[in-house]
Amino acid sequence: MIETQFTPDAAGAIPGPDWLVQRRIAAAEQVAAAPMPSVEEEVWRYTPIGQLDLSRYQLAADPGAQSPASAPDHIGIADISNGRLCAVELASEAAAQGVEIRPMSESDADLAASVDVDLFALMNAAFSVEPVLVHIPPGASVEGPIVVRHWLDTDGGAVFPRLIVDAGADSSVEVLELYGSADVAAFISPVVEIRAAAAARVGYLAVQDLGPKVWHIGSQVSHIGSQAHLRASTAALGGAYARTRLDTHLSGRGATGDLISLYFGDGEQTLDFRTFQDHAAPDTTSSLLFKGAVDDASRSVYTGLIRVRPDARGTNAYQTNRNIKLSEDAWAESVPNLEIENNEVHCSHASAVGPIDGEQLFYLESRGVPTETAERLIVTGFFDEVLDQFPVAGAVPAVRDRLQAKIAGLSHHHAGNGSGS
Amino acid sequence: MSESKKETAKSELVVEGLHVRVGGQMVLNGVDLRVASGEVHAVMGPNGSGKSTLAYAIMGRPGYEVTAGSITLNGVNLLDLSPWERAHAGLFSTQQYPTEVPGVGLEIMLEEAVAATGGDRSAVESQVVAEADLVGFDLDLLYRSLNVDLSGGEMKRSEAVQLGVLRPRIAILDELDSGLDVDALAAVSHRIEQATHEDNLGVLAITHFSRLLTVLHADVVHILIEGAIAETGGPELAAQLEETGYDPWIDTRAESPVEIHLGGDPWA
Repeated sequence: MIETQFTPDAAGAIPGPDWLVQRRIAAAEQVAAAPMPSVEEEVWRYTPIGQLDLSRYQLAADPGAQSPASAPDHIGIADISNGRLCAVELASEAAAQGVEIRPMSESDADLAASVDVDLFALMNAAFSVEPVLVHIPPGASVEGPIVVRHWLDTDGGAVFPRLIVDAGADSSVEVLELYGSADVAAFISPVVEIRAAAAARVGYLAVQDLGPKVWHIGSQVSHIGSQAHLRASTAALGGAYARTRLDTHLSGRGATGDLISLYFGDGEQTLDFRTFQDHAAPDTTSSLLFKGAVDDASRSVYTGLIRVRPDARGTNAYQTNRNIKLSEDAWAESVPNLEIENNEVHCSHASAVGPIDGEQLFYLESRGVPTETAERLIVTGFFDEVLDQFPVAGAVPAVRDRLQAKIAGLSHHHAGNGSGS
Repeated sequence: MSESKKETAKSELVVEGLHVRVGGQMVLNGVDLRVASGEVHAVMGPNGSGKSTLAYAIMGRPGYEVTAGSITLNGVNLLDLSPWERAHAGLFSTQQYPTEVPGVGLEIMLEEAVAATGGDRSAVESQVVAEADLVGFDLDLLYRSLNVDLSGGEMKRSEAVQLGVLRPRIAILDELDSGLDVDALAAVSHRIEQATHEDNLGVLAITHFSRLLTVLHADVVHILIEGAIAETGGPELAAQLEETGYDPWIDTRAESPVEIHLGGDPWA
């Protein structure tokens, strides 16, 4: 039971289409009855969730500034400030194909699937002020990404952005979400729903670069239809505690999901990923590669589950998580899991946590590259494999620069060079 | 390489009484060597004689603990220096199996190495292209990560390119010929010999087989047995070794402790 201002009355007071108001109230009633998550639950293990005091946050009332982040070349852009949609632009050639970027309306009730995977997704359902729909009609093919830029600048604000990417059959689209904030102590709990209908091709990249006092507890839920292909990626760079849960449902025969992400923790950050690759149909393929580095006193958590349901014969599912521990005080947890209920499958998982490879370091040093430079080259190179596979290629240079800036500040309290010296 | 860059200064790598412990075991038990500019020395020995340990210890690989003896280059005590500082002092080493470094390219590595010595990083690209041409290194491979998905020959050609750009004073070549086809071995050996003539490069070539010495001509040959130099001679020593293998030297070593034992034991 959570005693906060996040009540059914507060949810019911948020304006919107009737179906949405009803859904908010119902979700808020569930929120009011739900216990706070605890580290006793496997899915919250290793987290600082016990430190979360929701009473410190208020629903952010007003939009503030728009995101100053620069967007790569795009075909459409939406600016969301403190959870409110402030501005939308869409190129006429996309609009002519029936592409839409807009708040949800009376007629969208059937698009509002339940994705209440945890308390925070429920809170999002209850308190999302302005869910935004990106709709790509069947057969439409959009060149250039649609950018959704988030900005938070209310100290003590709680925001619950919700984005629905609805890609029709045989359509093609890329979506880039940029999360940033002023130096405020805010709480953001975003939900992204991606629906890739039959044979749709969807690329999605989230770049999370929130300020160091922001808590981020987000959820990405995808449904990939028959012969559809989703490439979904996250670059997690900012936040105090920043968590993303991914539920990827391979729902149609022949569906493919590539889940390629990176994270870099420094200072006192905790970066947390929980992934679920749910193979519910035959001949489905999922490939997951998450690479992370932890410096200073930061922490990272990766736990992943591949689930192959009884009908999902012919599944190929891969899960790889690799972590570099860059300082004595940093800590990375990596827990891969398989749950397989069909015998005709190919599944593999791999996970590793370790310091910078001592042999690689020695090779570069033996050529005259000073230790600190060699470490930067190796850590940068470690992430190349991920960056090379990101969707929304136009956004990659900015991610690379941001990563470089973090790598430039590598701490020099090393966890040892792993060469046995 | 321009004629104006010809290096005439004399350098000398001096190894004296070198004792090295690896993983708690003594591997080198007093090695003495002197390699001067322009000379090619071969260190030959059977498996387990300490050849690679000698190369790593000179370069300063972590885990190779020098318990006694000294290594100097032009009088500078290398034991006080980290591996990259030894490289800046003029040392270069190739590995038998060069380490893969994912995501790091040849050119960026050389640029950082050159910049760290105050050199001009913008000159590296054209030097790499020129050196690649000299040893037949495919320029398309430049865009790959270091040693990742390269054949044995491509790796050693890559190392010859690095040597050409970095222009060390002394190069230690560990089993240069392993995994190399005949063409690659000839190209790489030719480039190294050229450097000994034009750049006064001194070479310490570590090898199990005398095959290497048919293309890379050694001035001095050392036989390394059980962590110490058993014999030093001219190229004829390699020819003798081709005939007899290492047995004559191993036997000598095996007998001597017994003699000492007999002479020193009052109950014998």
